[in-house]
Amino acid sequence: MSDRTFTYVGTRPVRHDGMDKVTGRANYGADFSLPGMLHGVVVRSPHAHARIVSIDTHEAEAVPGVLAVVTARDIPETRAKLMLGEGALDLRDISENLLARTKVLYHGHTVAAVAATTLDAAREGAARVKVTYEVLEPVMTIEQALAANAPILHSDMITKGQHGAKAPSNVAARMELKRGDVGNGFTQADVVVEREFRTPTVHQGYIEPHACVARWGEDGRAFVWCSTQGPFAVRDQCAAVLGMDAAQVKVIPSEIGGGFGGKIVVYLEPLAVALSRKARRPVKMVMGREEVFRATGPTSGTRIRMKLGATRDGTFVAADASLYYEAGAYRGSPAGAGMMCLVAPYRIPNFVIEAFDVVVNKPKVAAYRAPGSPTASFAIESVIDELARELRLDPIDLRLKNAVVEGDAAPFGPAYGPIGLKALLEAARRHPHWKTPLAANQGRGVACGFWFNAGMNSSATVTLNMDGSAAVVTGNPDIGGTRAAQALMVSEELGIPVERIRPGVGDTDSSGYTDVTGGSRVCYATGMAVIGAAQDVREQLRARAAKIWNVDVASVTWEKGHAVPPKGAEKAEPLSVNDLAAKMTHTGGPIVGRASLYAPMAGPGFGAHICDLEVDPETGRSRVVRYTAFQDVGKAVHPSFVEGQIQGGAAQGIGWALNEEYVFDKNGVMENAGFLDYRMPVASDLPMIETVLIEVANPLHPYGVRGVGEVPIVPPLAAVANAMRDATGIRFTELPLSPPRVLAALNHEPTPVRTSDELSAVKADS
Amino acid sequence: MAKLHVHTTVNGEAAEFLCEPHETLLAALRNELGLTGTKEGCATGDCGACSILLDGRLVPSCLVLAAESQDRAVTTIEGLALGDALHPLQRKFLEHAALQCGICTPGFIVAAKALLDRQPEPTEQEARFWLAGNLCRCTGYDKIIRAVLDTAAEMRKTAV
Amino acid sequence: MQVIRYEAPRSVTDAVRLMQADPGAQILAGGTDLLVQFRAGLRRPTAFIDIKRIPELVGITLDDGGLRLGAATAAAVICEHAEVKRLWPGLVEAVRLIGSTQIQGRGTVGGNLCNASPAADTTCALIVNRATCAIAGPAGERVLPVDEFCTGPGKTALRAGEFLVALHIPRPGPRTADAYLRLIPRSEMDIAVVSAGVSVTLAPDGTCSAARVAIGAVAPTALLVAEAAGALVGSRLDETALSRAGAAASAAAKPIDDKRGTVAYRRTTAGVLTRRAARTAAARARGH
Repeated sequence: MSDRTFTYVGTRPVRHDGMDKVTGRANYGADFSLPGMLHGVVVRSPHAHARIVSIDTHEAEAVPGVLAVVTARDIPETRAKLMLGEGALDLRDISENLLARTKVLYHGHTVAAVAATTLDAAREGAARVKVTYEVLEPVMTIEQALAANAPILHSDMITKGQHGAKAPSNVAARMELKRGDVGNGFTQADVVVEREFRTPTVHQGYIEPHACVARWGEDGRAFVWCSTQGPFAVRDQCAAVLGMDAAQVKVIPSEIGGGFGGKIVVYLEPLAVALSRKARRPVKMVMGREEVFRATGPTSGTRIRMKLGATRDGTFVAADASLYYEAGAYRGSPAGAGMMCLVAPYRIPNFVIEAFDVVVNKPKVAAYRAPGSPTASFAIESVIDELARELRLDPIDLRLKNAVVEGDAAPFGPAYGPIGLKALLEAARRHPHWKTPLAANQGRGVACGFWFNAGMNSSATVTLNMDGSAAVVTGNPDIGGTRAAQALMVSEELGIPVERIRPGVGDTDSSGYTDVTGGSRVCYATGMAVIGAAQDVREQLRARAAKIWNVDVASVTWEKGHAVPPKGAEKAEPLSVNDLAAKMTHTGGPIVGRASLYAPMAGPGFGAHICDLEVDPETGRSRVVRYTAFQDVGKAVHPSFVEGQIQGGAAQGIGWALNEEYVFDKNGVMENAGFLDYRMPVASDLPMIETVLIEVANPLHPYGVRGVGEVPIVPPLAAVANAMRDATGIRFTELPLSPPRVLAALNHEPTPVRTSDELSAVKADS
Repeated sequence: MAKLHVHTTVNGEAAEFLCEPHETLLAALRNELGLTGTKEGCATGDCGACSILLDGRLVPSCLVLAAESQDRAVTTIEGLALGDALHPLQRKFLEHAALQCGICTPGFIVAAKALLDRQPEPTEQEARFWLAGNLCRCTGYDKIIRAVLDTAAEMRKTAV
Repeated sequence: MQVIRYEAPRSVTDAVRLMQADPGAQILAGGTDLLVQFRAGLRRPTAFIDIKRIPELVGITLDDGGLRLGAATAAAVICEHAEVKRLWPGLVEAVRLIGSTQIQGRGTVGGNLCNASPAADTTCALIVNRATCAIAGPAGERVLPVDEFCTGPGKTALRAGEFLVALHIPRPGPRTADAYLRLIPRSEMDIAVVSAGVSVTLAPDGTCSAARVAIGAVAPTALLVAEAAGALVGSRLDETALSRAGAAASAAAKPIDDKRGTVAYRRTTAGVLTRRAARTAAARARGH
């Protein structure tokens, strides 16, 4: 499969939606309006943890212009489970996150929503919703959540997977992954390194805030326009939360201004539908940036203890780790995924890894690009770096020595198929970046990363037009350029030039069921459906040619976009797609190809990054001066967009390592809920990011495609931290590596920023 | 609270609208004039998605009152193309795959135009610092900077 | 619901009259602080008095007396002025650091000063260059040295109905140069964690005959640190003198812990930045 030569796949055509995006014509969530539309505004909890005593909406409803107010009373109570993405979620949690019923569990938690004829009137109405709270002590850290007399967020939460657990707890679940005999394993180790790592809450940082327009019709059908990674996910959540049939909800996805996992769970859409139902008018809701930070789904803060033992020659013999992940207000952090990814790149015969899903009074976490893996990688890749120093081995050589290859068992069970981890580590070692001398105050770090990449449900249709052009429709919103990739696939299968393919994103009525754009699955799984649909068209074209030539369809071959007749067929010349398309009406009618499938898990993705960091020893400021990312991408369908995914993921990881963090005050209120003080990398913070694509074909996909979008965010945290270690001689185990933290360590001062211990101390004082 | 009647020029054409005194130019462009190419990312001047030119000067339209545009010239992303022809920046952004989700793209293109209007030969560092007020979360900025520098090079060639 | 007016007076007299008639009215220059605070509900003006259509408020005049900066002149306009950049490189450095390019297109030095953030980028540079503030109000016009203008976080010496019309900066004498440095975690966009402005004058024999040092973001207002200047005067601006100036700056700093920095961090880096800014100012003064 890796020997296959492609005509279109691997080229770099201009993306089909590009024109609209560079001219400002593309319509995103907030760019849509309906006549008679109202504006909806959310009322949010001022407390991080409190019981709701009463909600009085009378004054709000009396404000001129206010036409509807909704609270939890307006939606049914439920305990069902909802299949969403890769797992089942408790519908009660989703519902209560959307509208708090008895308790508010984070600062910013929604308690009501107001719709009015103007935004000012809606804000006025929101200000007049009177909520009485019984304020409770907030739980803001893992330590506070685990403490003996910790306030309990959910009185019915008993730790799943904890033998003998009976009393209510803030630990939702304990998970474990084991192999071999860890006790014995460590006795064989010549060197053991153990460290504890901490990472803060960080946000996906998509530039487009959540936005939607909803309209409730007299026939009980709801229409929703929204920015989302999954129109079917929106449909199913709205229907489930509001007690409707999925068929009664139609969702049209707009162009989406970034998601990274944060636009799968809904925060506005059911509210807008409920408001529209009450007001009998369409309702538009757009979040402000502060709301996005306070009340959507950032990712988990973590505490990870990592212990790794190796023999003198560098062979890993045993690993022992405890992973604590904050889930936020409701259960469901990616602790389990972190546990499965932790040792995935390495052959380790003995390990025990436990993972804990811990609730705290912060917004409920949502997926963020390879959820669970970046922080796990930060821990193990930092420890491996320390081991390399103790053993006096080159950091890449140490990883190569232990890297998994085809046939090795993944820590979560199945054997790896063909994978490119060793190939990319070797490419890194050979690369000039690894050998270039460093200047003063500079350090270099390397780290690896892993992500599973998902499969799941996908559907696609390909419609052939009479002029030989074609349209392909899937249900996947396009975040990274997947429409361009889909067009390339159709071109490859049918021989139609890529400019004559129109790739589109359907809605929940016009597309077959499709799981979300996420999980690095669109090019892989939806790609397979697209290829299947295109092949379906090709089969139909062969049949039409056979009919025209009056031969058996089995004798008709397909070559370079033409149906080719068997030798000896009378009056038969090869027919192109254009020829056959022109004749479609008279040879049997329209030609529409379709495919739908549940794809097996895509096939593992690995990456390795090299980072050069320069540190100012007098101020603790650092900047990335060079960065190279190596990744096994299977097959790069559109190389520019694959490179773009890698560069973007690396940039997010760099931000996570250097400056991004949620800062909370002692009342659990986020202090930096804006782009000024939540510091994402800007253009002048980064150098060019070189990408090296390795292609080890994935046998599960006709072209060898592997998911690529998530792996790139996994290695940067440790790559940067290892570079910092190299530059300063100090091993930082807590992120971010902000200047005050770095300078304090350089000056041997006590760590200045708010650690959990300090927060506990503050709590003890108050 | 009577609305203000504002007369201004947008993308070279006379335009007028009614607005509240405290309404921003961003809101007026999007809601009164239907020009939704300019985006709101933060409403505090920190992300650049609302970038426009006001009398040729790059500004964040979320921090300009609509009323201030009276008798001034406003340029938005919708005004960059010359008839059917894309502005060289727009072409180069497409060629270099300098956009993924595209939400920051209008702001970047307007900001980059302001750069090239003043500095036809920017260095990579100059381009990065000029564009530091435009946040992108998808691309890591690499292809955006390449597109801008390549546009500068092309425009210098055709200018000569 | 909010009832707000927008006014755009064409003269200082009209602006004074509007401000006097409505105590709740607020001056709107670039709007980069006011509109953010308005959106956040921190300021609730009854009217926006847009002063950008008043000729005296916008524009740069440079003559033998020195520089006159209209208070509502956009930062970008100041940074584009070649002569101003040549004579006051530190001031222009400071002005250029006010936010992004977009913010530069709107933000003004007057607005930056009147917002009176302890971390404002222009205050230190204005102080070391001995700027004075021309103020207009119901009682007429008056002048105030810029060191006395900010009185606390968000507080200025402006009385009811008064507003800033212009800033005056005397021409630097021979062998005089300034520098300004700001410490932020990223490379752009952040509010200063610490800042330092320095102006030095060299005697013909190369010793420092005069100096002014101001540090920012380490106290409720920018601090003019006489001891730091004292460490420079009489010296050849060698590393020892620079270090002593830095130490004096650290000692004078009265910083707080907040989401941008800690006490220890700000105290240490106030000294580092002072030393570095002084080094740059010295090099510039020697280059003249």
